[in-house]
Amino acid sequence: MRNGYLFAAYAVTWIIHITYLGSIVRRYARLKSEIEQLKK
Amino acid sequence: MSAPTGITRVTLLKDLRLEWRSKDAINSMLFFSLLVVVVFSFSFDPSAEESRQIAGGLVWVAFLFAAVVALNQTWAREIRNQVLDAYRVSPAPANSLFIAKTLGNFIFVSVLEALMTPLFIMFYRLRALGPAWPLLLVAALGTWALVVNGTFFAAMSLRTRSREIMLPLLLFPISIPALLAMVQATTSILNGEGARFWIVLLATYDLVFTTVCLLLFETVLNAE
Amino acid sequence: MKKLFPILGVLTAILLIYALYQALVVAPTERTMGDVQRIFYYHVPSAWTAFILFFINFGASVFYLIKRNPAADIVALVTAEVGVVFCTVVLITGPIWARPVWGIWWTWDMRLTSTLVLWLIYVSYLFLRRFSSSGETPLLAAALAVLGALCVPFVYFSIWFFRTQHPQPVMGGGGSIDPRMLHVLLINWLAFSCFAFLVCWSRYRLEKLQREVDHAHALESLMDPRGSAR
Repeated sequence: MRNGYLFAAYAVTWIIHITYLGSIVRRYARLKSEIEQLKK
Repeated sequence: MSAPTGITRVTLLKDLRLEWRSKDAINSMLFFSLLVVVVFSFSFDPSAEESRQIAGGLVWVAFLFAAVVALNQTWAREIRNQVLDAYRVSPAPANSLFIAKTLGNFIFVSVLEALMTPLFIMFYRLRALGPAWPLLLVAALGTWALVVNGTFFAAMSLRTRSREIMLPLLLFPISIPALLAMVQATTSILNGEGARFWIVLLATYDLVFTTVCLLLFETVLNAE
Repeated sequence: MKKLFPILGVLTAILLIYALYQALVVAPTERTMGDVQRIFYYHVPSAWTAFILFFINFGASVFYLIKRNPAADIVALVTAEVGVVFCTVVLITGPIWARPVWGIWWTWDMRLTSTLVLWLIYVSYLFLRRFSSSGETPLLAAALAVLGALCVPFVYFSIWFFRTQHPQPVMGGGGSIDPRMLHVLLINWLAFSCFAFLVCWSRYRLEKLQREVDHAHALESLMDPRGSAR
């Protein structure tokens, strides 16, 4: 049962990091497509 | 060296005179002080013995409220009359303006504290177990800590969205060490214990932050 | 430069997996706390990484105040953001660790408390960046960063003294650490530092691109006030 906490801690860590990285990737992709639009 | 202090004095006197003339400010201050103490008394209803333990925290949270109310209107008059733009183009050193505003706020908040303290003492049946005069020192140092950073952040918040919420948002985190010191010093003195560490910490905090705010104020004023 | 990023990304991922293996399998089990103690290998490196990032933020902010270098401003923004992310991890893994060990979710333990205050200071920094009008943001943010950084020693001193007067359970245990555990800790720290660097680099590229696009939009509306819809 205690090891549930261990798993939770590691999982939360990566959820936070992946979410943040994901937001960066998403915004970057959106900017790139915006630039493509501007170039037209 | 007389020009900067001259400007400081003139600005401070002008602010004080304007506040004094508008009796509205004084009356609302009086009523505000009473309201804060009464609300706290309803929220926390301890025995005389317990109240000595928590009075430090209660009193300083109440003073913090008062300070935020005062600080939020620090630059209101200047904005209304475009005084800050005039200041930016004048050769007057920005620091004089900052000191004047900070001193004005210090006086304003100290008056509020002086009004609230007897009420707190009465409602909570407070009595210090040792000498009480160090409390004046703590009050002065603590109020200065809140007011020097508060005046600085009020200037920073001027052109931000949600100006009124921005001030406490910026002020509270940075004030935490000072708040801890103020509260612990007050509690220690009320209980007859020494508060030397906290007073020294507060004094150092005041020194450091006053210096840095003075150094950076011109930058903040002219930021564009 | 473009090729470097994916290579470093793969290397970092491998390092992270290796560090995870070390933390879960290789590190010895702690006597009193058991396996839950392994949270330590994520909690502590995250804290150290956050502190380093905030320190870089301070440096970049001072540099900006002196030189008004736009790249320094971006570094300040990036390190504050990523620092807050790592600090959030510390503040969440802390209670998850405290609960099974001490039975309480939060303890006003010296390290956790100071980390919380640090987090509050830098979150307020991020709020200032978001809420201020863009012309003056870099300068105001830099000023706030300097004040925040100067506050840090006061935070530590005041909480340290407060805790000696009112002792509470200390998380993570004081005292010396088993060298094998130290070894695993350092490996995880290295892995997370590399990861933090890559995240900062990505965020930096994003911010730079964003500013170039904004700049282009601004120029466009200057040159062609009739047409451009935005």
